[in-house]
Amino acid sequence: MAKSRAFDVRRQTGFVPIALLCFLVLYLPIILLVVYSFNKGESIAIWEGFSWQWYVKAWQNEKVQDATILSLIIATSASLIATSAAVMAALATTRTRGFRGYTFVFALINQPLMIPEIVTAVALLIFFAMIKVATGYTGLMYLIIAHSAFCIPFAYMPIRARLQGMDLNLEQAGADLYGTPWRVFRRVTLPQLWPGVLAGSMLAFVISLDDVVITEFVKSAGQDTLPTYMLGQMRRVITPEVNAISTALLAISVALVIAFYLLSKGGTQTNRE
Amino acid sequence: MTQASDTQATRRRWLLLSPALLILLFAASGPLLIVVLYSFLTPGDYGGVVWKFSTDAWFNVVVERDFFDDTLSFSDAHLSIFWRSVKLSLMTTLVAFIVGFPTAYFIATRPKDKRDIWMLLIMIPFWTNLLIRTFAVMEIIRNEGVVNSLLIGLGIIDQPIQMLFTEFAITLGMFYVYLPLMVLPIYAAMERFDFSLVEAAYDLYASRWRVLRRVIFPIVKPGVIAGSILVFVPSLGAYVTPRVLGGGKQLMLGNLIELQFGQGRNWPLGAALSITLLAIVMVALIVYVRAAGREEMSHG
Repeated sequence: MAKSRAFDVRRQTGFVPIALLCFLVLYLPIILLVVYSFNKGESIAIWEGFSWQWYVKAWQNEKVQDATILSLIIATSASLIATSAAVMAALATTRTRGFRGYTFVFALINQPLMIPEIVTAVALLIFFAMIKVATGYTGLMYLIIAHSAFCIPFAYMPIRARLQGMDLNLEQAGADLYGTPWRVFRRVTLPQLWPGVLAGSMLAFVISLDDVVITEFVKSAGQDTLPTYMLGQMRRVITPEVNAISTALLAISVALVIAFYLLSKGGTQTNRE
Repeated sequence: MTQASDTQATRRRWLLLSPALLILLFAASGPLLIVVLYSFLTPGDYGGVVWKFSTDAWFNVVVERDFFDDTLSFSDAHLSIFWRSVKLSLMTTLVAFIVGFPTAYFIATRPKDKRDIWMLLIMIPFWTNLLIRTFAVMEIIRNEGVVNSLLIGLGIIDQPIQMLFTEFAITLGMFYVYLPLMVLPIYAAMERFDFSLVEAAYDLYASRWRVLRRVIFPIVKPGVIAGSILVFVPSLGAYVTPRVLGGGKQLMLGNLIELQFGQGRNWPLGAALSITLLAIVMVALIVYVRAAGREEMSHG
């Protein structure tokens, strides 16, 4: 029977098993991590029954509470700042003829994607240490600015993509009807651009929430975010409490990424051709 | 268009760009110049620097001065860390290619409406916390972890195999966290692939292997190069994965750099090492841009 089946030009021996194995390998560690966050015992390898106790423990841990609040403050601020800057940058760089300095602008915006994070982290450590000595300020602004910077390319990409697919005629019509540039932007451009803005801000939020390296180098004493708190915990004996925190963070990331996917999918469908 | 409106458009453009550029110059690009400056200064006793010109840091990247007789010799410690970083990054890239290529091929040959879902499954882990994914690998391979428990339970081994804190653990971890970066560009290149070319090759009696090597691979090669760079570059500068899975025993470049700003108290050396890492990454990126450009010339 198998022989008589139509010859499939797309088949390559062994590729399907490797691909399926790849998906298994990608998800198995994460699934186990989530499963053991519900373990009754202290072990992260032996199942002793279901319990919520590690979530309760993490929830009541004051350090975890502080780190959560800090993470949310930084991610929200950085996402807002990065998205605003990215919207303006996207408006300036799309739907225009090439301009002098375009390569420079493009390289600068994408720089956080190309330069190893550890190098940026070291650079910020040195630079902010100088500012700290000069001004005596040790507050949160260092972390917020640093996060805003590396979030900009992530916010910029979906906004730019959305803007490129948009119809210029509507804005032209708005301008012809004597709309001021600001009014045209608010009433015509922004409503169309909105899915891109939302997608960009969500990516920026996730990227900021997950950052370890730059935060670890830039933070002052007592400024632990959830990831740097967890990194500190990994030097000690690990209990499923870390699993519980991880699971909560995973849930946020996965929810946002799926929302991003649905948003950008809707966006490209209306835009294609 | 008139001269005046052109100037106005230019001014408006740079005004719109200014917030993003200022933030990036202040908290991403600008500080890199200070790193270059610091690499030519003298270390302070308690970290920081003394403002005195010195090229010692750059010598110390590869050479060390003997404490007693002042003789110079190659720094084995540093060279072995450089070598480990390059070796593990290359291995990570290779394994990611071996697994990632068939996976991208698999996704690209699914029905059109299903491909997005498969790609989403690849991208979800990528957008989740890198530390958490590293931690997930750690839990599996530790001595009391699932793999060892399973093997002992099945009676295959008596003693747990020490996997954590080895080079194997770091490679596995980096493969795990950077794999999506290999799949994504290969898939992007393969999605547009025209399978009638493969049909033509089979009509000419090509074997499956020959079709893969001579027809499919040359066309998706830019994607493979892009994927390799995307995996190699972050592996080379990895910090979290070798720290968690190498346990401070198997240092990579990122950890060596961190050490200079912590216990090492040699900021200039840390700065010089950072610039060195940056230079290697830049070379890799230039090689990539040129290779991608050549491919475009020959296929575009």
